[in-house]
Amino acid sequence: MSGFWGVARAIIGREFLRFIHQRGRFLAALVRPMVWLSIFAAGFRATLGLSIIPPYQTYITYETYIVPGLCAMVLLFNGMQSSLSLVYDREMGSMRLLLTSSFPRWWLLFCRLMGSTAISILQVYTFLALAALFGIVLPLPGYVAVLPGLVLGGLMLGALGLVLSSFIKQLENFAGVMNFVIFPMFFLSSALYPLWKMAESSPLLRDICALNPFTHVVELIRFLMYLQINWGALLWVLASTAVLCLIAVWGYDPARGLMKRKT
Amino acid sequence: MPDAQSLEETRQGLIVRDLSFHYGPKTALDAVSFDVAPGTFCALLGPNGAGKSTLVSLLTRLLVAPEGVISVAGHNLLQSPGKALGDLGVVFQQPTLDLGLTVRQNMAYFAALHGVSRRAVPARIDAALDRLGMRDRAGEKVRALNGGHRRRMELARALLHDPKVLLLDEPTVGLDAAARQSITDHVHDLAQQGLCVLWATHLTDEVRDTDQLLVLHQGQILARGQAGELRSADTLSNWFLSQTEVPA
Repeated sequence: MSGFWGVARAIIGREFLRFIHQRGRFLAALVRPMVWLSIFAAGFRATLGLSIIPPYQTYITYETYIVPGLCAMVLLFNGMQSSLSLVYDREMGSMRLLLTSSFPRWWLLFCRLMGSTAISILQVYTFLALAALFGIVLPLPGYVAVLPGLVLGGLMLGALGLVLSSFIKQLENFAGVMNFVIFPMFFLSSALYPLWKMAESSPLLRDICALNPFTHVVELIRFLMYLQINWGALLWVLASTAVLCLIAVWGYDPARGLMKRKT
Repeated sequence: MPDAQSLEETRQGLIVRDLSFHYGPKTALDAVSFDVAPGTFCALLGPNGAGKSTLVSLLTRLLVAPEGVISVAGHNLLQSPGKALGDLGVVFQQPTLDLGLTVRQNMAYFAALHGVSRRAVPARIDAALDRLGMRDRAGEKVRALNGGHRRRMELARALLHDPKVLLLDEPTVGLDAAARQSITDHVHDLAQQGLCVLWATHLTDEVRDTDQLLVLHQGQILARGQAGELRSADTLSNWFLSQTEVPA
């Protein structure tokens, strides 16, 4: 059993070492949500009226509303970044080293997933600290309560990254696929506007948003920040994580999966 | 008829039986069978496109063949992949190093992937690097090493978990003559010390007369035996060309 933890420690440690070496990545991960918060949200603040909706018990500013969505955005981008680094690893050969380990492949993939999730969470908390400097502060216990939601959301979006990496043949195809994943996922969600606001312009769009698992990551985080549990969102995220993990394990199965085309 | 002892010995090496693999309608390997006993340097010689890389992918479980059996040190790769891969050391044709990490960090990562206990890792790394005269480079980033040293490091790393079978896929590609010679000699020494070695290459000068030789061509084993006996009075290069010539 200690071998299993040794592998986990090594894979997660390697992810951290690589992350530390990529200072630009850390900076970009912080600048991106801060730009949304400080520029986009400031602009929209005046035009977008928000009524009191759960979990909020009073009127809130637009900046406060989009913080959970921006936390989820950090998780989303990091999940995709992890996917990109898996494709890079495959192109550079180091994926072979991982896949020829004597440990079960599902465990290796799960460790990879844990590594990318841990890095995501580190980035989210750094973002929350910066947001606090801008005056957007959560209830203090909310900073702790949100952690399980971040872990689950990180795992779900990391699993999505794993699935994508098993489909994407080469690095060059990555940008295109990102456009079809990141943008629709982020914009067709409750990250920027509540679903009732979306329904005002198009009930169909609202329904699409309600089906988008990313919406449920955002809502799970939002409710946990205010010490409440959105059970519907929790179940939706759990189910999506399970399905994505199964597809990822299938995708990386040497006998049946998609690796057959290119390793 | 091989006796029971030699059969048992072979079982501890590499056994491949009736291995076939297809990429869609294209056959990459067609009923390939061979044995490599411990203490043997077996050169797998084949021109480009012969199926060597597919065979290496199958032997390392990056691919799984629907037909055939692979046994590594007595462990069936399909039924006990963990044990089989645990007894297999691999040097891939394409480098598999993290250039941004040090030699020691790269090796420690690999050791963990093969379940080497954390306490044993530093001593194992030192011993493996000592064998290849690279101990003093342990703290350097891999990016700073030249091609020959990177390859030696990969070889040292492949031996870190004490494998019984060593698989090398064109390990000297891109190296200068001295580095090629050094690595080829070292692996021959390892075979003499009892390791089972399968060395895939298309370069005939890496093969010695005493080596076991398999010629792979268009997915099939074309010839097998001791290299010196197979080439007879001819040079190995000419003999290999004559065997793998495709009529115009």
